[in-house]
Amino acid sequence: MKIHIRGGRVIDPASGLDAVQDLYIAEGRIAGLGKRPEGFRPEHEIDASNLVICPGLIDLAVRLREPGYEHIATLESEMNAAVAGGVTSLACLPDTDPPLDEPGLVEMLKHRARNLNQARVYPLGALTQGLRGERLTEMAELTEAGCIAFTQADAPLVDTAVLMSALQYASTFDYRVWLRPQEHFLGRGGVAHDGQVATRLGLAGIPVSAETIAIATILHLMRDTDARVHFCRISSAAGLAMLREARAQGLKVTCDLSIHHLHLSEMDIGYYDSNCHLVPPLRSQRDRDALRAGLSDGTIDALCSDHTPVDEDAKQLPFAESDAGATGLELLLPLTLKWGEESAIPLAAALARITCEPARILGIQAGRLSVGGDADLCVFDPDSYWRIDAQSLRSMGKNTPFFKWELRGQVHYTLVEGQVVYALGR
Amino acid sequence: MTANPQLNARGELTHLLDIEGLPASILWQILDTARSFVSIGEREVKKVPLLRGKSVFNLFFEASTRTRTTFEIAAKRLSADVINLNISTSSQNKGERVLDTVANLAAMNADLFVVRHAQSGAAHLIAKHVSPDIHVINAGDGRHEHPTQGLLDVFTIRHYKNEFSNLRVAIVGDVLHSRVARSQIHALARLGCPEIRAIGPRTLLPRDIGALGVHVYHDMAAGLKDVDVITMLRLQNERMQGPLLPSPQEFFKNYGLTPEKLAFARPDAIVLHPGPINRGVEIDSSVADGSQSVILPQVTFGIAIRMAVMSMVASS
Repeated sequence: MKIHIRGGRVIDPASGLDAVQDLYIAEGRIAGLGKRPEGFRPEHEIDASNLVICPGLIDLAVRLREPGYEHIATLESEMNAAVAGGVTSLACLPDTDPPLDEPGLVEMLKHRARNLNQARVYPLGALTQGLRGERLTEMAELTEAGCIAFTQADAPLVDTAVLMSALQYASTFDYRVWLRPQEHFLGRGGVAHDGQVATRLGLAGIPVSAETIAIATILHLMRDTDARVHFCRISSAAGLAMLREARAQGLKVTCDLSIHHLHLSEMDIGYYDSNCHLVPPLRSQRDRDALRAGLSDGTIDALCSDHTPVDEDAKQLPFAESDAGATGLELLLPLTLKWGEESAIPLAAALARITCEPARILGIQAGRLSVGGDADLCVFDPDSYWRIDAQSLRSMGKNTPFFKWELRGQVHYTLVEGQVVYALGR
Repeated sequence: MTANPQLNARGELTHLLDIEGLPASILWQILDTARSFVSIGEREVKKVPLLRGKSVFNLFFEASTRTRTTFEIAAKRLSADVINLNISTSSQNKGERVLDTVANLAAMNADLFVVRHAQSGAAHLIAKHVSPDIHVINAGDGRHEHPTQGLLDVFTIRHYKNEFSNLRVAIVGDVLHSRVARSQIHALARLGCPEIRAIGPRTLLPRDIGALGVHVYHDMAAGLKDVDVITMLRLQNERMQGPLLPSPQEFFKNYGLTPEKLAFARPDAIVLHPGPINRGVEIDSSVADGSQSVILPQVTFGIAIRMAVMSMVASS
């Protein structure tokens, strides 16, 4: 299919391109930027006047819920949600049932995802068998099956000797390890940031030291093992400061932040809003402000949705008993734009956090616009507002703390490998 | 944050979920209404018809005898029909969700739910999901609040001390797990008490308790010095996770209220305890039964407070 996208503002954060120009697609690739390729005869035209054309978004933390939790969400529903949000590549977490700890499961997932013909799926393999934190998985086999990195998701890895072995083994083959830092014992039983709000509401708290102790442990082990670690969903100013320092010392550290922690704080729990029951917990306003600054200055490499569809019934429980998590795939773009606008970050720089930067962390050839490259695109209206509600979300997970927010930035088209996989209103 | 879910559009109390966020005028109204109800318990016929024809459901998802009984007496003195449900041993064990239990009972034309639950925020959750003509009173949720207990505490303090504006109040013990402490702190602060102290080891005091306007002490001699009111809290062993204390004996040594420690307070200081008391753990028998103890009057006043709250929410 040859497609001519006319008159859009083409933004490619990776190359610094930001200009109104036409874009030409042929055989799944970008055939021309600005300049019509010789003999190009489009079969389909898209009018992108007043719209932005950018690389398809890349989300570093998505739970697709299959296998095992199909009653909460299905691969199909969440892949639909991904492309409706302009996401063309996503890393999915292995905390399914069974967890992604065997090559067959990974192959099956990749196969099914491919057949759905929507976004590209990059599975994160389980770091330990069954995510039990005891025995290492067959990382080579899992890599061959398609895993791009290894993680415990939110499952604890209490035994530091196992963690050390995992990092040593992974670094032998330069496999990437993704870890969400939380010291198990300090986090046990906690459901909210150990601060003013938890004190007032009588909720069991998770102290910031649960994050900083885990970061310190991992950094020490990184020094010993020369491992490459991606720190997932940093939540505190103190944790961020440690990563900033580690990076200055030359450690191979990258990190991401969730849209929830970018915009919300413990105060948003309000009267026990279970949509704000998240992992890690929403922290203080001071933490949130530091994280926003960290994203602006590049200490935090990327923004992710931490997409976690949750069964409606599982949220209609007392806060501490409710399931943690929130839907986010379709909110990644508008919440990135909101942060960019509020922080006076140029649009291209804001988009970098959800395009080329996550691509770099994933180690994939995506997240940029270049002639000859895959035509994975997101075409969106940066100015139109839309309201977040159950009807406007395609994900089966309808729970988000951003419910009823009016946000700017609606996706009009999503293309993966030159195919229109999403068109607004269709 | 949304509007206070406890108040209706006219600013009247429609649920009692927590003390925090309630205007002082409502608190004064509850205290004044309760005062008028105290004498009903002393009459030969201990009934008024304010809730005649209404159905009050005591929904206790967590075991309680004392609080449930006082709510039951209060409802009956208001002429309501009372249904006691000890849910911790029935539907919850069969896996039913809280909201389904409540929906079933609402379908039986309940007018008022008195809710106790082991999880903080449970009463808020229920209030959010019941129809506007049903009222919810929080009878203790997790470690969040126990508003009628907080109100009966301040009622008792007012009864003995007349006003709050010149008082020093100490709250001693397991503040971390105490819903009573939070309610009392909010009530005292809102009613103008200038100095509230929390006394206990660091393991039993919430990290940010100071944000509630409380002065923190770890030493009983300093913390009790010249206070007018002492509230002793029970060690909530059932809520404790991990080793927060070496032993009850050591706790008693450091923080148990003995006559010697009571002597640090003002001579006319009163001693409160939400009950049930653990003699020899947080309080010495000679203090619990002594002349400065107002523990039993608290129970009597508790009925009046619960009558006041029930009548106010039902008439909103």
